[in-house]
Formats: sequence, C-alpha cells, structure tokens
Amino acid sequence: MVSVKILYFAQAREAAGTGSEYFSLDDQASVKDALSKAFTSHPKLKEIERSIKVALNEEITENDARLHEGDRVALLPPVVGG
Amino acid sequence: MDPEAGGIVLFVGTIRNRTGSVRVQGLEYEVYRTMAQQKLADLEQEIRRRWPVKSVTMIHREGKLKIGEVSVVVTVSAVHRREAFEAARFAIERIKRSFPIWKRERLEGGRYSWVKGTPIQQLRRGATRIRVPRTVRSRRRIRVEA
Repeated sequence: MVSVKILYFAQAREAAGTGSEYFSLDDQASVKDALSKAFTSHPKLKEIERSIKVALNEEITENDARLHEGDRVALLPPVVGG
Repeated sequence: MDPEAGGIVLFVGTIRNRTGSVRVQGLEYEVYRTMAQQKLADLEQEIRRRWPVKSVTMIHREGKLKIGEVSVVVTVSAVHRREAFEAARFAIERIKRSFPIWKRERLEGGRYSWVKGTPIQQLRRGATRIRVPRTVRSRRRIRVEA
C-alpha cells in the first residue's frame, strides 16, 4: 500500500469540502486511481472533472503516472494568476 | 543595483473595481504555495536563459486584498531596456497562465464568485519567444519591433 496526499484547490476544494486528505492505495496505483477515489469520495467533484488539471509532486502529470509513498496529487481548476 | 544595468522595468498589478460590468468589492487569492514557489524559480531560470537580464524579482500576494491594492510585482533590470521590457512582459504573461493561483471576487451583497480561469499551461522547454505586437512602421522604413 502507498499513502498519498490529495490536495484540492479553489472550486475543487469547495466541491470536496476539504483542502487535503490522505488516501491509502495499492502499490501499483497510478494518478488515475487517486482521482477515481477522490471523485467517488466527493461526487460534487465530478461536476468540474473535465476542467481539472492534476499535479503530481508539484508538476503537471499524466493520469497513468505511478504513485509512490508520500506523493502529493493536487487537483487544479482553471487558473487565474496576477 | 548592478552598475551594468541601464534600465529597470517594474510592473505592478493592482486590484480593479470591476470585472466586465460587475462591481467588485475585493478579491481573494488562493495559491498552491510549494508549486508556485517552484514555478517562480523555474520562471526566473527560463527568463535568464532567454534574455541577458541582470536582476529578476517576482512577487505574488495571497489572501484577501482590497480594491487598489497590489496583487503582483515583476521587476527586471538589464543592460538594455529592450530585454528588460520583454522579460518583464514574459514573466507577467506566464504568471497569469502557468501558475497554481486562483482568484475569488467578493461582489456586492457579500457574494463570492470564482474568476473564470484557463487550464494551467505548462512551461514548454525550448519554446520560441512569445510574440509581442509590432508597433507602426515609420515612413523611413525603419521597423520598430516591440
């Protein structure tokens, strides 16, 4: 099992009702599995699913990226800097 | 202040009182801090790769801000003003599109509304320079490029 931290920002944070939480996933788990669990745990996230980008350890990632112990998976809605 | 620098460009972003036709009372910035700090460091490196600048400073504020307050500062110094202007503009355009930062407006009546953003853009390695609009050609056929 690997323990990963899920981070929710902005609209994703409101939909999930929390800024972060920890998931325990299979050793072979990928980002996709973490997202699945997030959407299952917080169904409201599905409303914004298509506009979310995902960062793994602070880098934008592909859904098939493998997860390791202590990884951070962040759900990022569309950004507005400045 | 580097004695070789001939110019400093300073951009200051401020909180406006309206978005489109809606009056805004204040703003709140939410930032994925560790990622934003990494991206600022990456952005500085990219700027230094592209332009021979001297100093680069970029600051973005977080949390609740009032109308008229400063949200972001970018300052670049270089030997010549051309590089300073180009690099500063590049920086602010990147900050607007490639950073994990979100804005929430406080509207009249206390209602909050997320500002519509764009999907976070990744910094592309080896990308060409951003296109900056040309200015008018002079009659003497000397092209002035921004």
